[in-house]
Amino acid sequence: MFRFSTRRTSRTPAQCAERKRKKTDWIECNDSHSIGAAKAVLHSKELSCGEPIPNVSPDDACAILVAQRKQRPISPHLSIYQPQLTWYGSAANRITGSVLSVGAYGFFAAYAVAPAFGWHFDSATIAAAFSGLPAAAKFGIKLAVALPFSYHSWNGIRHLLWDTGKALDIKDVYRTGYTVLGLTTISAIYLAMV
Amino acid sequence: MNTTFLSRPLLRATLISARPTTGLRTLASVATPQTAPTEPGSKKPNTKQFQIYRWNPDTPEKKPYMQTYELDMNQTGPMVLDALIRLKNEVDPTLTFRRSCREGICGSCAMNIQGSNTLACLCRINVSDSAPVKIYPLPHTYVVKDLVPDLTQFYKQYKSIKPYLQRKTPSPDGREYRQSVEERKKLDGLYECILCACCSTSCPSYWWNSSDYLGPAVLLQSYRWLADSRDEAKGARKSALENEMSLYRCHTIMNCTRTCPKGLNPGQAIANIKKEMAFGS
Repeated sequence: MFRFSTRRTSRTPAQCAERKRKKTDWIECNDSHSIGAAKAVLHSKELSCGEPIPNVSPDDACAILVAQRKQRPISPHLSIYQPQLTWYGSAANRITGSVLSVGAYGFFAAYAVAPAFGWHFDSATIAAAFSGLPAAAKFGIKLAVALPFSYHSWNGIRHLLWDTGKALDIKDVYRTGYTVLGLTTISAIYLAMV
Repeated sequence: MNTTFLSRPLLRATLISARPTTGLRTLASVATPQTAPTEPGSKKPNTKQFQIYRWNPDTPEKKPYMQTYELDMNQTGPMVLDALIRLKNEVDPTLTFRRSCREGICGSCAMNIQGSNTLACLCRINVSDSAPVKIYPLPHTYVVKDLVPDLTQFYKQYKSIKPYLQRKTPSPDGREYRQSVEERKKLDGLYECILCACCSTSCPSYWWNSSDYLGPAVLLQSYRWLADSRDEAKGARKSALENEMSLYRCHTIMNCTRTCPKGLNPGQAIANIKKEMAFGS
């Protein structure tokens, strides 16, 4: 019932040039699947039975498609994707890496500029200040540094293993993932108690 | 072969007796009445909720929303696609999705079900719990309508890797280009890809960089031609990947392998490409 003209009408060279000029990387109406998408657009218009269906030229179909592409929403992603060890682990690696580098650069920069501002930022002062803290606070602060450090280090070793092309089937990915989590817990607690 | 063939009717009989509810299902060509009469003494309705992403290009001002449908599982096939087809046929004909083969070989019905990308035709409806089944289009894609994503960019990227045999040297005897058993074996796990885009759209790196990063599916295909002993364009293929974005946006997140409905390993293929690029093959 649905008639859709994909028949090529003869065009003048000027028209051809115009079409070529209009054609961008993203909008290519000559692609068969784009025409298909335009067809879908036309299909989606509610047509009652027996109503004559308009015969749409490829150029009009192209215009409809272009207009519709501007409106399309992006389907949900981060917020709906199932939490999995794979991408949560990867995100944790990125976050711990950022936290560690920001922390390290911040600390070193503060150390470098401390004399200019008259801060006492030398090792002895820091050690003295730290020793005055209650045991729980000492443990907490050390754990807060040791956790990202441990995770990022162990996961770094996992990445080196992957770079050799090994342990990449899903079973090994999970096995090494849980191993990294276990080792992280043990080494972080150890480092926090030292 | 014969035994397999003969055992089929037996197998089917066993299945029906094991699941008496499936006895209500009719052949696909026979129309099921909307209120299918339940057999006397059969189970009470086993209702399952389906929450489905809706967006209509004809009313673009209306934001995408989740619509809830209910189906009696005793009268619905076991797969998510069965439920979708039944919803479209019997409840809401405006519900839009792609489907074709219903047996996991065409890749049309790729969508995000219960938070994970898969083919609706290969995904069983979990009837053991009462939680609703949530269905979204493939993540971070432009939505054409409801569950139909725009895969234009995906196909363009596939085209860009020249997914065909490139060879100038004729075969020595003028017949087909032959391979050893070992050489052919390298293509196993690569040629089976159906380009459903489940893996690419599960990859956070592809979500953020889909304009430049090729994504796991296309890179798996890229490796399929790099691993082919008959192909003579390996140099050109590799130099096309030698830039920051095309290949190296892969951070070994491995969502691709985790989600592949065909059980393939795009993550391994990408690692193999990286290795070949670094050390030569």
